[in-house]
Amino acid sequence: MKTVSPFAIVSLSPLTSADTQSGLSAEEVGLLRQVAGLMIPQSEAFGVPGADDPLIFADLLASLGRDLPAIREALSLIKQAQQSDAAALAAMLTSTRPDLCASLVSVITRCYYRDNRVMKSIGMAVRAPYPEGFSIEPNDLTLLDPVKARGRRYRLVADE
Amino acid sequence: MEPVDVLIIGAGASGAAVAWSLAETRMRILCLEQGDWVRQSEFPSHGRDWEERQYGDFSISPNRRGLPADYPIQEDDSPIKVANYNAVGGGTILYAAHFPRMHPSDFQVRTLDGVADDWPISYQTLEPYFELNDRMMGVASLAGDPAYPPKAAILPPLSMGKTGRLFGRAMNQLGWHWWPADAAIATQAYEGRAPCIHLGHCIAGCSQGAKASTDITYWPEALRQRVALRTRCRVREICTNKDGRATGVIYYDELGKEQFQAAEVVIMACNGIGTPRLLLNSTSSRFPHGLANSSGLVGKRLMFHPYALARGYFDEPLDGYRGSHIVAWSQEFYETDRSRDFVRGFTWQFGRGQGPVQTAMSGMAWGKIPWGEDHHAAFRRIFDRSAGMLAICEDLPELHNRVELDPVLKDAHGIPAPRIHYRLSENSKRMMAFAQTKAEEILVTAGARDIATESPLSYAGWHLMGTARMGKDPEESVVNPWGRAHDVKNLFIVDASVFVTSGGVNPTATIQAIALYIADQIKQRLTHLFDD
Repeated sequence: MKTVSPFAIVSLSPLTSADTQSGLSAEEVGLLRQVAGLMIPQSEAFGVPGADDPLIFADLLASLGRDLPAIREALSLIKQAQQSDAAALAAMLTSTRPDLCASLVSVITRCYYRDNRVMKSIGMAVRAPYPEGFSIEPNDLTLLDPVKARGRRYRLVADE
Repeated sequence: MEPVDVLIIGAGASGAAVAWSLAETRMRILCLEQGDWVRQSEFPSHGRDWEERQYGDFSISPNRRGLPADYPIQEDDSPIKVANYNAVGGGTILYAAHFPRMHPSDFQVRTLDGVADDWPISYQTLEPYFELNDRMMGVASLAGDPAYPPKAAILPPLSMGKTGRLFGRAMNQLGWHWWPADAAIATQAYEGRAPCIHLGHCIAGCSQGAKASTDITYWPEALRQRVALRTRCRVREICTNKDGRATGVIYYDELGKEQFQAAEVVIMACNGIGTPRLLLNSTSSRFPHGLANSSGLVGKRLMFHPYALARGYFDEPLDGYRGSHIVAWSQEFYETDRSRDFVRGFTWQFGRGQGPVQTAMSGMAWGKIPWGEDHHAAFRRIFDRSAGMLAICEDLPELHNRVELDPVLKDAHGIPAPRIHYRLSENSKRMMAFAQTKAEEILVTAGARDIATESPLSYAGWHLMGTARMGKDPEESVVNPWGRAHDVKNLFIVDASVFVTSGGVNPTATIQAIALYIADQIKQRLTHLFDD
């Protein structure tokens, strides 16, 4: 299990203007990046980057939006907890502040799973749903024959 | 402001239907809506961030959205949180377009099951309005569902896909009812709307325009017939005169300026939270406890539909995020069965899988996907390989479940926010527990290798009912059997506030049928509308 001290400010790439515009401090940005990498690490086996990948993380920082206060609170909790193991960190957050854990998961996964490389690796077309849409197999309405055979299901009531 | 004959408050499901229906009278009709028009081009499924935006501007929670059209809701004292949307189209912008009708038995719950009360109207009364509304909205269905009295199909049913096949076979094995679900979604070109292309993101607005929201169904026709609609206008209170008649409303216009709009008739279509909120905020010496509230029942008997979710994980790839949220339904356990430990029942809505973000989020919340190296393998074991069902459980009307005005929290215009007090009943808890047990049986029969369950769904306060209910007795109801307030002879309510019982189905079809029925009653009584 990959372990990284949550207290070290590990700079995986130089700070960009997006980092400073996210509303987080430099220390918080560094910590969030570590948490992202702990939650979803890079995988050679699946050929995908981690959530701390520069492109994905820049997207994440630019997308905090309404979740900024919750993320800040979560990072404060993580810093205090002094927990560097991914599973233990997840368990701590889930048991003490599941709402903050959910916010962290939300901000990280919603950027991770729209990255081109990740979408390709899970078999998705790298596009928005509209305007192409998707196809669904047609109905086999003969499946309903047993339902029809059983007859009326609703309760009869007296007429007005 | 020129006075109008009819003022409608709210441009959602019921407001649109009543506006359209009354338009033929050629009365001067004005609708005030606190939200604005939405553009299909701005819906999330146009972009790569389509899942993210469902948690932002297109969240179902007004407290999460916090947009200018939204008002805050104090809901700390409720395990179920309110879902709504404030715009032309109202909740139909974000609903999934499930379109079941209530059943005949839903209107006689006291007579049949000894709980709740009977409605003063029947399924039979509403039947022609259900049919009319199905045509106006363009409902896709399959005729012959044995769970309902015979009804016509307007459009062919949605494709149920692999998910429908999976559940259909399981239900057949168990010998339980199931049927393609009725949906207010065009499955072929209909009245200028394009057919569904299975975007799979109906609950954040339909970019294709296939889903029937009232901004693209009723409103274009109502506007052509010279109904006026003013957006970004938030009503603060309904005013009355010394005779106890409504005289009009005070509202804030799009510039935030206070205005008075005079009207001969006022029709409320603000949903089961918004309507009692406005009534309670419309106090006077004659109505010190809120307008139309001599019964003390405005805001009381709030009903949600407690939802129980079960999701199965399978080895075979399924539909995933492709396709509408509507597949099939089951009403096997809809009607009361005295052998069970609860009364009334529920509908199951069978649904497909989830997009990648939702898969990751729910998977991690339910312990199916860990943090760390094993994330990737675990994700791939369940992505595109899940399907599930929601049990929509009938909620009994109870006086302690209620909407009040919050003493502190206010909206951007200083209007008190609604405050919700709600408790799940023992009947609801037992019903949900039963539904989950049976759901697991279905999922195992269907071949699920793993199952996740959750109930009640905290975010599922989609259906807001009962808070200004209809009835014959002014001491036991707020409006009469055709929607007119007992206390105020020119005030009508057409939204789900008037519901006496909730049924175990999505309410929109019944809401709109009632709105059309009330509109017809108004038209038939125009010459003596205010008589006792």
